[in-house]
Amino acid sequence: MKALVAVKRVVDYNVKVRAKADGSDVELNNVKMAINPFCEIAVEEAVRLKEAGTVEEIVVVSIGEKACQEQIRTALALGADRGIHVEVDGKPEPLEVAKLLKGVVDKEQPNLVILGKQSIDGDNNQTGQMLAALTNMAQGTFASEIKIDGDKMNVTREIDGGMQTISLSLPAIVTTDLRLNEPRYASLPNIMKAKKKPLDVVTPADFGVEIQTHVTQLSVAPPPERAAGIKVEDVAQLVDKLKNEAKVIS
Amino acid sequence: MNTLVIAEHDNAELKPATLNALAAAEKLGGSIELLVVGGGCGAVAETAAAIPSVSKVHCADKPSYEHQLAENVSLLIAELAASFDNVVAPATTFGKNVMPRVAALLDVAQISDIISVESADTFTRPIYAGNVIATVQSSDAKKVITVRTTAFDAVADTGGSAEVVAVDADHDAGLSSFVSEEVAESDRPELTAASVVISGGRGMQNGENFALLEGIADKLGAAIGASRAAVDAGFVPNDYQVGQTGKIVAPDLYIAVGISGAIQHLAGMKDSKVIVAINKDEDAPIFQVADYGLVADLFQALPELEASL
Ligand SMILES: Cc1cc2nc3c(=O)[nH]c(=O)nc-3n(C[C@H](O)[C@H](O)[C@H](O)COP(=O)(O)OP(=O)(O)OC[C@H]3O[C@@H](n4cnc5c(N)ncnc54)[C@H](O)[C@@H]3O)c2cc1C
Ligand SMILES: Nc1ncnc2c1ncn2[C@@H]1O[C@H](COP(=O)(O)O)[C@@H](O)[C@H]1O
Repeated sequence: MKALVAVKRVVDYNVKVRAKADGSDVELNNVKMAINPFCEIAVEEAVRLKEAGTVEEIVVVSIGEKACQEQIRTALALGADRGIHVEVDGKPEPLEVAKLLKGVVDKEQPNLVILGKQSIDGDNNQTGQMLAALTNMAQGTFASEIKIDGDKMNVTREIDGGMQTISLSLPAIVTTDLRLNEPRYASLPNIMKAKKKPLDVVTPADFGVEIQTHVTQLSVAPPPERAAGIKVEDVAQLVDKLKNEAKVIS
Repeated sequence: MNTLVIAEHDNAELKPATLNALAAAEKLGGSIELLVVGGGCGAVAETAAAIPSVSKVHCADKPSYEHQLAENVSLLIAELAASFDNVVAPATTFGKNVMPRVAALLDVAQISDIISVESADTFTRPIYAGNVIATVQSSDAKKVITVRTTAFDAVADTGGSAEVVAVDADHDAGLSSFVSEEVAESDRPELTAASVVISGGRGMQNGENFALLEGIADKLGAAIGASRAAVDAGFVPNDYQVGQTGKIVAPDLYIAVGISGAIQHLAGMKDSKVIVAINKDEDAPIFQVADYGLVADLFQALPELEASL
């Protein structure tokens, strides 16, 4: 079977992003970029399925400016077979990304599409669910385990109260949670090999999609500052402060 | 202007997150109706009818909705949405699973995790793990919104008497089915609704040591949380995780024990009213957000703290 994996280029998770002083946008100059951590987990899952003999081909897709080919190459170095870059200016919204991904799904006809549950820049947590709606496929979101059996797949999902397992008909959409797997590192030989793997560049017009704007970012601001706290000497002082100053315990 | 709010429930009880989502809906203005969708959920609809801000409760009670599978429930909500300007749900794992699917069926955006309503089409929401707050404006005629529950005070849940109407539409997409669920039973308050939370991190060293937190939680009526490192190490189950990609909490008192204070953890708790950090490393970043920091070995501090409460 064929697996399609969607990867997004985002600010590295270690970077503490700040709002620009004029509030127009976030400061992203000279900031380290990386593959979204949840997408890395998505790639890893596809590679494991290939190693297990369940998946034959892994296609990885990223939507964005030219630079996101770096993240496609990273995914190819991790074990994906071929890349598709949908070249788009700016930052398309999740619904538009989902429409473009639907175009790729229609063309590639994968049995399984794996996305991250959330991009750590916009914290949207939408694209996989939207793609599932547009393609009329089942969705297994926030997956911490997947088991494929013929034309069905069991997905164990992380939900607020604990864990839930559902059964989905294939083809289906999966979005990854952190505990699905632990991604490997790309080896140097694999990074070299990845440079020779095929990478197609397409445009939204190829899928008949015209990118729209639904939500406009008017401004950005830092979150409210917390007043500086104090260090207490010992447990007795801590309890005293909580009782008599903060009045949060009695 | 009218708003449909999707109730959070488990077919037996209405969950408090619903009341926070309703508070956000009130800010949108106009009338508010509530949808209770599930299987055997009639009692939930009756309870919900007592919420004063709700003018009508729609009860979609069908076997196909029992497990609130996104494929089925989204078809129902998208159909009902035809007669509403806004569709609102709490940003719980249920809301996050279903609402984007609804939005795509309606061909509109979803505005995730709002923390304020500035006007009928303008909202604020945290991005980049809460390091930035964005003000966003929607140009969609119909708005699909999920609400960060900690940012809105719950509305009253008694005193009203809304009409309960049964919804006949029965959607079964035939794409998915429920297999099993493992829901943790606990006598403690729910993490996202507790007024006191005590969380342990990697510094706890193992699962057994979480007993040190339990004694304190018992005395304070607290919920117990954890950092991702503690969850990954298997000390506690995944539903304990507080943070950017776990649960968002904002209790009156948050006590972080053996947690360093990574950006992703802070994203889930830095709106707590009072933060206490217990950590043996005086340079741990958690102290930058703590109102009261105690530099100490947790294995000494915790028994002392329990004894003095
Ligand atoms: C995509 C992504 C999403 C993430 N989402 C989340 C999330 O939602 N929530 C989350 O928490 N993390 C999340 N993380 C992980 C996060 O980056 C940190 O790795 C994690 O929060 C660290 O957990 P910790 O503070 O328990 O462990 P550590 O950073 O190892 O800190 C342990 C602390 O314990 C202290 N300590 C050790 N022994 C003692 C002792 N005896 N007494 C007192 N103090 C002691 C140490 O000084 C140290 O400060 C995410 C990471 C990624 C990449
Ligand atoms: N521009 C993009 N290109 C490729 N995949 C994307 C893009 N945006 C979002 N995705 C996928 O959708 C997931 C969830 O993103 P989001 O809905 O933005 O939180 C990501 O982890 C990716 O797998």
